[in-house]
Amino acid sequence: MRRFFKQGFFVLALFCAVLGAQLNPSNTALAAVDTFEFATPEQQQRFRRMSDEFRCPMCQNTNLTGSNGGVAEDLRREIYLMIIDGKTDDEIEQFMFERYGDFVFYRPRLTIETILLWFGPLLFFIMGAWIVMGIVRRAKASSSEPVELNEVEQERLRNLLDTVKDRD
Amino acid sequence: MLPELGHFSLILAFCLCAILGTIPLIGAGTGNRLWISLARPLTAGVFVFLSLCLLILGYSFVTDDFSVQFVAQHSNSLLPMQYKITAVWGGHEGSFLFWTWMLAGWMLAVSIFSKAMPDDFVARVLGIMGLIGAGYTMFMIATSNPFDRVLPISPIDGADLNSALQDFGFIIHPPSLYMGYVGFSVVFAFAIAALMSGRLDSAWARWSRPWANAAWAILTIGIALGSWWAYYELGWGGWWAWDPVENPPMINWLLGTALIHSLAVTEKRGVFKSWTVLLAIMAFAASLLGTFITRSGLLTSVHAFASDPTRGIYILGFLGFVVGGSLLLFAFRAPLMKSEFSFGAISREVFLLANNIILVVASAAILLGTLYPMVYQAVSGGELLSVGPPYFNIIFVPLMSVLVILLGMGSVSRWKKTSIDYLKKQLMWVAIAAIVLGLVIPLALTLEFRIGATIATALGLWVVFGIIHDVWVKIGNKASKLAGLKSLAISYWGMQIAHFGFAVILMGAGLTSIYSIEKSVLLSPNQTVELGNYEFLFEGTEHLSGPNYEAERATFQVLRDGAFVRELHPEKRVYTASLTPSTEMAIDAGFTRDLFITLGEERESGAWSMSLYIKPFVRWVWLGAILMALGAVVAVTDKRYRNLKVKALAANAAESKSKKEALRPVST
Amino acid sequence: MSRLKLFAPVIGFLVLAVMLWRGLYLDPRTLPSVLIDKPLPDFELQTVELGDQIIGKADLPDEPFLLNVWGSYCLPCLQENPILMAAAEQDVVPIVGVNYKDKLNLAQLWLEDNGSPFEFSILDESGRLGIDLGVYGAPETFVIDGNGVIRYKHIGVIDYEAWEDEIMPAIAAVKAETGQ
Repeated sequence: MRRFFKQGFFVLALFCAVLGAQLNPSNTALAAVDTFEFATPEQQQRFRRMSDEFRCPMCQNTNLTGSNGGVAEDLRREIYLMIIDGKTDDEIEQFMFERYGDFVFYRPRLTIETILLWFGPLLFFIMGAWIVMGIVRRAKASSSEPVELNEVEQERLRNLLDTVKDRD
Repeated sequence: MLPELGHFSLILAFCLCAILGTIPLIGAGTGNRLWISLARPLTAGVFVFLSLCLLILGYSFVTDDFSVQFVAQHSNSLLPMQYKITAVWGGHEGSFLFWTWMLAGWMLAVSIFSKAMPDDFVARVLGIMGLIGAGYTMFMIATSNPFDRVLPISPIDGADLNSALQDFGFIIHPPSLYMGYVGFSVVFAFAIAALMSGRLDSAWARWSRPWANAAWAILTIGIALGSWWAYYELGWGGWWAWDPVENPPMINWLLGTALIHSLAVTEKRGVFKSWTVLLAIMAFAASLLGTFITRSGLLTSVHAFASDPTRGIYILGFLGFVVGGSLLLFAFRAPLMKSEFSFGAISREVFLLANNIILVVASAAILLGTLYPMVYQAVSGGELLSVGPPYFNIIFVPLMSVLVILLGMGSVSRWKKTSIDYLKKQLMWVAIAAIVLGLVIPLALTLEFRIGATIATALGLWVVFGIIHDVWVKIGNKASKLAGLKSLAISYWGMQIAHFGFAVILMGAGLTSIYSIEKSVLLSPNQTVELGNYEFLFEGTEHLSGPNYEAERATFQVLRDGAFVRELHPEKRVYTASLTPSTEMAIDAGFTRDLFITLGEERESGAWSMSLYIKPFVRWVWLGAILMALGAVVAVTDKRYRNLKVKALAANAAESKSKKEALRPVST
Repeated sequence: MSRLKLFAPVIGFLVLAVMLWRGLYLDPRTLPSVLIDKPLPDFELQTVELGDQIIGKADLPDEPFLLNVWGSYCLPCLQENPILMAAAEQDVVPIVGVNYKDKLNLAQLWLEDNGSPFEFSILDESGRLGIDLGVYGAPETFVIDGNGVIRYKHIGVIDYEAWEDEIMPAIAAVKAETGQ
């Protein structure tokens, strides 16, 4: 038990560290700060969703929200203007596609080329389910003995547990 | 002179690894006691020389020896001391040395805490790890030597450490991530040693389990730290980005999770042996794949100018040798393992199998999404495609939801056979309570119905109530409840704590994704902005000089319903050596919500642009991870993992007697 | 059969390894082709050289030309300038600049210091034309045919190799087609 506390202590220390995130003053943010005014909260949410789902073309791997780079800033402004202008999501996506291609979509569009991407996981899942089914069927065939513990076994189990405890 | 000594001891470490990877293995094969007995001393030697390498590199950093290229690239004479030390793992070469040293650390731990195991088995385990170490050290000597010098003209000062890495989170995140990553090579070595010796029995599973749990716990913490670090570093409230660099640890974690569950079945019931071995190999392969992806620059450098593929080729060759070889060994040896299927269609075994399948499916899906752009580019002749968070969330969230439902059923069901009526009796009220409170709680907290929040809360509560119910039932037939609590096995508590942690993550992730709010505004000094229930009063900024940066520091008063909550100080910094600007966000962390402010830039007449965020329950994501790790650590301390020799023999004898086996697991 | 199944992991792994190996040699600089064979976007902007005069698509050369995106802040642009200068001196094709997200006075200063290979440089201070051109960042170079259609795009600095192996063949192809 003592050992358990010793090891637990380390984890608890981390626990406290996480709660007090402001332990260190050095939180280097790289994200953008815009001050666009929106007419409705819906517009703001659309803007945030789109800046989240479009990839910043010039960055290593971040969305428009996460980048302060030149193009990202301009693209956010364009998206903002289009939203204010009443453009639909589809129109904005088309605008981006015509200029930067499939590369800007973090949510790849469903095309012939991405069928495997979108349905691959489902395929894996079906394969997995099939394997489980197969094993269960084989298992069923080979196990016929009763396994729910009866009274006598319950008693034996309790004895066994007690002896294990004594040994420990 | 010292860096040359470091280089020399790196070469010595390689030589010792190479000997360790051959002599004891051959000895174990031929039964040569002398050769077998070399494993432990050689391991100690490897650890000593790699430690020496690390110390010398650290010393070069501390003494500002910019004639060492790695130091010149990642340090600066003005860098604060703690960051000079952590800069050791602030770049490719140093972090790889650190990684290899971690491996040596695990090897040393195995050689110390394996007194109860047969010597030839230990020799095999250490030999295999020695081979891995030989691969790593050779990689360093050949392609990424941290002791390379810039001579004869050495730079006067260093280029400074990337400002994002000058941070407390960075001090602890990579070590723990690496340690977890590398820890899976222990389990891998156990599996391969078992394959080689044909000793794939419950004893093997029992020996492996503490190591698997330990590695898994550390990896969990490592990933959580990475997420926490990204959260306050990136400055827009994201805590998981599904980046190609983040995905391999996630894949590794999922496979590791599958592995610790599968090991449990193998230990307790002697089934799924070959599957467990395969998982051990896959988890290790995932850690190597992660190394490959991050170190070769593959997938990460979209517009980086053609990177040198040598490193990638080397790691890939190593990956092919180790993993390909292991899988071949597996293919030839697996038929020797008897697989018995003595369990019913509804039983703990089947739930754990389903858990494994879902975790492997999730890993495969993440791997697919991570590598798809690369394959697409190769097949389409250069067209680019991005696969990002929206894709991964769509795939991952449903899979995890199914997993959680199975978790609730699996952890109350019994080994061998469980009846549907029994499950229904155990879980019906748990399910009803979870659904009802899942509906009510988010609604009561926010007055806003969102189906996602309901599902996340209900799933989390499903696990929590399941745990409470199960504990209640387990202590129900004891004379006193307190005595009942004491009688439950340590490893049972470990499991429940970890599952509880998982539920906490689930609820935190769901609620914070759905209910976070934010606002971006332009404020002049002494102006106020409202967000949610909070008011933020911007008092203005002042100039500040740090050790290696200049900063503008803002002061905010945070008020809630007119009452003062606290003062926050976001900063805008410029690092003097690299002239890179960066924004230091200010966070008020809380159990139920985080408030944070990111400073933009100064506009006309002292007005600043800024973003303010409220993120409810975001801490739960990391608290849950800590609980999961805690659970695994608690499980390791179970007494049955100590003094293993006696028990292992007993376990071997017990294996044939399935009746006895059927009784034992209930104790845990 | 069941023994063969055990080889499935090895085979899967080999496939993965081959893909990764192939991936190492992919050129990270290749780019989407959406803009290729599309006409240049319309614009009405000032230039660095011509004062207040507004120019548009119609003022661009009606023969094949290069459109080079640059900025005074951009170090690689400095690197490729001599190659562009040489090309301009030899009258290979006209070169038009797009001064991308820059300040007019800085751009003028830069041209004075380093020499101008450009007929003129379109002043795209807001970066709006850049977005229509799908620009990632300076420098980028487009090969435009006589009808104002984008035929080739090069991202990043033009070094000697890129000039010889990419830009020149692209220009030659466009010229051969239009019979010039």
